[in-house]
Amino acid sequence: MQHQSHPAAAFEREHLVVIGNGMAGCRAIEELIARDASRYRVTIFGAEPHVNYNRIMLSPVLAGEKSFDEIVINDRRWYAANGIELVTSDPVLAIDRAARTVTARSGRMVGYDRLLIATGSDPFIIPVPGKDLPGVITFRDMADVDHMLAAAGKGGDAVVIGGGLLGLEAAHGLTLRGMKVTVIHLMPTLMERQLDEAAGWLLKSALEARGQTILTQANTAEIVGTDAVEGVRLKDGTLIPASLVVMAVGIRPCTALARDAGLAVGRGIQVDDHMVTSDPSILAVGECVEHDGNVYGLVAPLWDMCRALADGLTDSHSGYRGSVTSTKLKVAGLDVFSAGDFSGTDGAEDIVLRDASRGIYKRVVVKDDRIVGAVLYGDTGDSGWYFDLLKRGEDIGAIRDMLIFGQAFASGGGVADPKAAVAALSDTAELCGCNGVSKGQVVACIEAGAHSLDAVRAGCKASASCGSCTGIVETLLATTLGDAVEAGPRTMCNCTSFGHDDVRREIVAQQMCSIPEVMQKLHWATPDGCSSCRPALNYYLLCALPGDYVDDQQSRFVNERMHANIQKDGTYSVVPRMWGGLTNPRELRAIADVVEKYDAPMVKVTGGQRLDIFGIKKEDLPAVWADLNAAGMVSGHAYGKSLRTVKTCVGSEWCRFGTQDSTGLGVKIERMTWGSWMPHKFKIAVSGCPRNCAEATIKDFGVVCVDSGYELSVGGNGGIKVRATDFLCKVATEVEAMHYCAAFIQLYREEARYLERTAPWIERVGVEYIRARIADDAEGRDALAARFHFAQQFLQDDPWAARAAGAEREQHAPMARFTPHDATKEMA
Amino acid sequence: MTGEWLDIGWADEIPVRGSRTVQVEGGDDIAVFRTGDGRVFALADRCPHKGGRLSQGIVHGGAVACPLHNWRIALATGEALGQDKGCTPVIPVKLSGGRVLICRASTMQAAA
Repeated sequence: MQHQSHPAAAFEREHLVVIGNGMAGCRAIEELIARDASRYRVTIFGAEPHVNYNRIMLSPVLAGEKSFDEIVINDRRWYAANGIELVTSDPVLAIDRAARTVTARSGRMVGYDRLLIATGSDPFIIPVPGKDLPGVITFRDMADVDHMLAAAGKGGDAVVIGGGLLGLEAAHGLTLRGMKVTVIHLMPTLMERQLDEAAGWLLKSALEARGQTILTQANTAEIVGTDAVEGVRLKDGTLIPASLVVMAVGIRPCTALARDAGLAVGRGIQVDDHMVTSDPSILAVGECVEHDGNVYGLVAPLWDMCRALADGLTDSHSGYRGSVTSTKLKVAGLDVFSAGDFSGTDGAEDIVLRDASRGIYKRVVVKDDRIVGAVLYGDTGDSGWYFDLLKRGEDIGAIRDMLIFGQAFASGGGVADPKAAVAALSDTAELCGCNGVSKGQVVACIEAGAHSLDAVRAGCKASASCGSCTGIVETLLATTLGDAVEAGPRTMCNCTSFGHDDVRREIVAQQMCSIPEVMQKLHWATPDGCSSCRPALNYYLLCALPGDYVDDQQSRFVNERMHANIQKDGTYSVVPRMWGGLTNPRELRAIADVVEKYDAPMVKVTGGQRLDIFGIKKEDLPAVWADLNAAGMVSGHAYGKSLRTVKTCVGSEWCRFGTQDSTGLGVKIERMTWGSWMPHKFKIAVSGCPRNCAEATIKDFGVVCVDSGYELSVGGNGGIKVRATDFLCKVATEVEAMHYCAAFIQLYREEARYLERTAPWIERVGVEYIRARIADDAEGRDALAARFHFAQQFLQDDPWAARAAGAEREQHAPMARFTPHDATKEMA
Repeated sequence: MTGEWLDIGWADEIPVRGSRTVQVEGGDDIAVFRTGDGRVFALADRCPHKGGRLSQGIVHGGAVACPLHNWRIALATGEALGQDKGCTPVIPVKLSGGRVLICRASTMQAAA
């Protein structure tokens, strides 16, 4: 025995050696002492020079809110008073299980009866060029904080890689210390492990408002610099200058020592319910362990583990059963909380509360009348209550309706019945803050005949803006009318109480610019919408913000994502654009070559005079596009809610009846309109005479050429219900025909509902309205056409070319391939 | 490759609210999905309705909408949601250090 500093009972007591002087190692000893202070003689090895401190309080130290002394958990007196020998600045490098000794870097070797490994985690360093440059650090221990404080003293730019809990705390601290901070995050939203998309978006907005630059979906390519770090380059080529780079992308259990000693190690050191490793005399606790397949990176499970471990060491085997974790965070004064499983799968239901004006978002996930997860943003006052209900698995059936409003409300604090609460309001109480409408005004409006929510909105404006008072208005309708309430308005889908027109109006009025923002501000009832509302919102934003809005691929239907038509067998068909229906030998040869080369089983002339190549495999699409592009052809958008084709007849050039050059005009119109996204598919035709060979009077926009000019008609379709066009007006020149066409398309794009073709739209608004806007209002027509042409400069972009050049090529390749018999695998 | 789990690649190679496929020779493709909150699921890549490629659907919440007829399939259970009835085989999947692992036995069964 090397140590005899505590002679009393030194030879009777078992020697417990702890590797790791952090929160887990010391907490385990605290728990042990609380149970039986005399059972073990304890030696603790620490790699750092410090006594036991609270690692999760490093952020306040960085932010200048606390000093190091204030975050010390156990000072040297505690070690001395409990007879614990503390060895600092001397990491253990080897364990000899046969001899039951550990050897530290200094060469010091001590024997043990029981060994406790509490080595915690190591920060993960992403293996990019430049990662070893001076000025690139992690955020894990006091030395890192000292380094950051020194760098911040010089001011300048800092980049934090990682928008998780740790990264945002580092960024906050550095911002408070006066640095200009950019956070780079690989995922689309911040803290995606703890927060859902809506809460992540709120957090990002708030941090940006506090002066940080947050780059999501940003992938670090390299850290640049010669003698020290000078900046970070992203994969898209962006260079962000920085004199300090903090890597906070994650942690991994520190298991090298255990692995070298031959202990069972999976993701962490594997332990049983009593924290015993594969060697019965060695225990492990904290972030370095794997229990029942789980590895924890938070502090609460650590307390549970330490209790089980101390029970085991003192012969009362309680056992650890895993932990339900929660995260509560305050960054820059922003309250965030998450716990449990909030992914909303497998029969779980979401209860969502959004209060945009107060910046509050709450989401409780309920399954079988029990809370299984919760995300709170902005108001985390009830987090403890939700977490308690979650952990105890309490049946919340009885308070379900009021659960989302928090403990005080759900406990029945006088306003438990919403109807009673609304009834109790005085007539002068303001219900709709946006439009300043009182309860009395709403009731008067209802009594005057507004028997539906839409009618109330039209009549007195209540609930017509942000919509947060919709529930109250509905309650008033119910209490005022009883059963006479008419069915609610046609909402976009079950995710919202708003209709398409309301959403479009609010997007423009509130200058919203992303799908999560719309869902937040308009109180969406689901975390990320559904397959009905997401494509619609994507389109509305695209229409409202040409050039600025970043298209959300995952909110597009597969045809638009793949730029080809999915067929029933999972293959695709491809339609190259043939302007006005014209083609030539070179294009025909290229199409024929593609058909042969890719074994396309069928080629068909479409109703819009284009060639459709069927049976192309998803993985062959990029090559098919490349071949067609090489022959000068671009995507025909036959897959899209967009301009499809401009059908023509041969017109005056060949036809003995043709009055004008309908083919030439068709080509010009197609050159003007291709690529434009629409609420639904959109077809145009130009016929050279009233015989109408191009069937222009069953198209969304039709031109019939006559001797004296051009007859324009709109709103036709040959779909399930055939509808002939309505006559719009007659113009004298080709230029005017194209100008009216542009204006009409823009009106349709801005005012029709998603998936509403021109025919039902015109029947809904009336052709008189269209004539008033397009034919009679020259100024309005010019403005519409100008907006159309402005948007087209961004939209006329061949999606095939980008894909053929390799953009998003992973969409076409499988992740992996397996051959079952020999079970070999090749990475795709 | 031995062991119970087959390593198919990095989770972040799957688009958020999107999917990738795994090809198994002689059998159905497997669709591997990533949800908005970063969870990963795998299903046989065919809708129980008409065999649509679920990998090509819109992922929302914990479900995917089939691209052919808009059936909604729960990612965790493979069950059709709402009024529809039917079930797609689920391939057990887990994450380890950012890598996606799928159950070997279920994968090979998909090919059988």
